[in-house]
Amino acid sequence: MPLVEIKDLAKVFYRDSQRIPVFDGVNLEMEQGEFLSLMGPSGSGKSTLLHLLAGLDKPTAGRIVVGGADVTGMKRRQLAAWRAHHIGFVFQFYNLLPVLNAYQNVELPLLLTELTGRERREHVMTALGVVGLSDRAEHYPRQLSGGQEQRVGIARAIVSDPTILLADEPTGDLDAKSADEILTLLQRLNEEFNKTILMVTHDAHAAERAHAVMHLDKGVLSR
Amino acid sequence: MKFMRLIWVNLLRNKRRTVLTALSVTVALFLFATLRSVVTALDAVSEVGSETRLITRSATGITFALPQSYFERLRAQEGVRSVSWANWFGGVYIDASNFFAQFAVDQESYLAMYPEMAIPEDQKQAFFRERTAALVGSGLMERFGWSLGQNITLQGTIFPGDWEFSIRAVYVPEDPSFGDQMFFFHYDNLYEGVNGNIMPGWYVVQLEDPAAAPTVINQIDRMFENSSNPTKTETERAFNAGFVTMWGNIGFLVRAIGTAVFFAILLVAANTMMMAGRERIGENAVLKVLGFQDGLLFRLVLVESVLITVLGGALGVFGSKLLFGPNNFVNAFIPGFEVEWSTVLLGLAMAVTLGVVSGIVPAWQAMRLPVIQALRRVA
Ligand SMILES: Nc1ncnc2c1ncn2[C@@H]1O[C@H](COP(=O)(O)OP(=O)(O)OP(=O)(O)O)[C@@H](O)[C@H]1O
Ligand SMILES: [Mg+2]
Repeated sequence: MPLVEIKDLAKVFYRDSQRIPVFDGVNLEMEQGEFLSLMGPSGSGKSTLLHLLAGLDKPTAGRIVVGGADVTGMKRRQLAAWRAHHIGFVFQFYNLLPVLNAYQNVELPLLLTELTGRERREHVMTALGVVGLSDRAEHYPRQLSGGQEQRVGIARAIVSDPTILLADEPTGDLDAKSADEILTLLQRLNEEFNKTILMVTHDAHAAERAHAVMHLDKGVLSR
Repeated sequence: MKFMRLIWVNLLRNKRRTVLTALSVTVALFLFATLRSVVTALDAVSEVGSETRLITRSATGITFALPQSYFERLRAQEGVRSVSWANWFGGVYIDASNFFAQFAVDQESYLAMYPEMAIPEDQKQAFFRERTAALVGSGLMERFGWSLGQNITLQGTIFPGDWEFSIRAVYVPEDPSFGDQMFFFHYDNLYEGVNGNIMPGWYVVQLEDPAAAPTVINQIDRMFENSSNPTKTETERAFNAGFVTMWGNIGFLVRAIGTAVFFAILLVAANTMMMAGRERIGENAVLKVLGFQDGLLFRLVLVESVLITVLGGALGVFGSKLLFGPNNFVNAFIPGFEVEWSTVLLGLAMAVTLGVVSGIVPAWQAMRLPVIQALRRVA
């Protein structure tokens, strides 16, 4: 059984009385340990697909099953708890909290668990170690480069060991060198730690780093 | 609580705004605690004064005196047990800012009527014996660090000259609202000092039966109605309440201003929380993506808001308590005025309310924040 199963997914937005269909009848299966990239023109619905997968929004039709759990059938409360366990989200603009240092930012998802302070500390330091920022734990976002900020963002996404990592243009705001480092890091997470990753990108070279590249265009998803 | 640090850094994110908001709550609750205590003390004062004593004063006005001859005529009234009289002295001790009330009284008849003042018997006798003796409230003794036997000088304002007194007795009031900052001396002393050029300021009339008060009041005022010095008689409680009614209007004003200030502060605090909420729309969306529950975000915002108002408010009420604790400098004007612990607690409860009310809208907004739209702004 695949880890992720998307069946006949449809999403329509409504603005005022205007109907904005994004896609209809999208199907996708992802195996545990798979690293896929998703490309497509702007406005094709890539972010929307990630949001639906993360349980941040409800589809108009269709079903999403992750690790045997029906995401589309869950209530808001359940979704939040489920997300905390199973989803690691990486943003284009990192979205670290400016008032917290790297350590505290990475610790955030763990505050939702039953872990003791000491256990949290171990997890946070491990995650920071994986992204190579153990020595920057005390640094605040404004004291870090874009690439470093994104690595903290990735540490935050993996710290609670989620089922799947969703990255929405994780290199979109970075220079070529930093972008390459981030892609290498994602590859390592996939190879060494067997993380399942779905990455949205506009960059064909970045997309090549995944096992397979998917295209979303005019509501159609193709491999 | 592991979320405390998150709340705290959010609080300190805009230090100046947070501090200013907290300080405005400090001012509001300082005012609240102080004014509430004033109003409570004034209410208590209006309850002091016995229903069995009448005050007979000139109908013309409080500053007009009454003839000495009224003493015998009042005493002859049916239903009257005894009569005494007193005068307002209005002297200054060293500096006008050292205000306290001074009365020249017909010492023996007066003290016999006021069992509210507890005085050791030997001191009482010493006070009676000596023409220049003074009887002083325990609070006043403490205030000026006086001791028994000490000589003090008052500069007369109504009655010019330097007046020397020896403190021979100290009274302790049975009830704090009676006041422990009064100063009594012999009417004879005043009489001789001004060469007999004085009359009693008011008479105190002790009733046989308090139920007869309306009848006796009527009798007395009718008796002097057509004389050159008509009187106005009322029970002592009504007399005191009359003073307080003057204050009462101030009390109303004070309450009105207090309420207005309170709502102004509510707007200030609410505005701060709204601004804070708007600034953090993106961050709150990110927290939701991380799996933070709606209810948790609601509580985080609310706790932050309550923390601001309670920290600020505590400073205000405890400041007021510290300044107006037992035996404070305002007791000379308002006996029994003190910020009670119950007021401190009430103030803190108000601070919590203020925090909840000002935080509820932004907390609600954080809770209901649509993640997708909010993310579009930041992601
Ligand atoms: N909340 C919303 N209300 C209305 N329309 C929306 C909403 N969110 C997305 N859309 C529309 O849905 C379509 C898909 O948007 P989406 O952000 O998923 O595209 P995308 O592929 O991620 O684009 P980009 O590459 O620019 O990030 C767009 O036409 C967008 O305007
Ligand atoms: Mg997008």
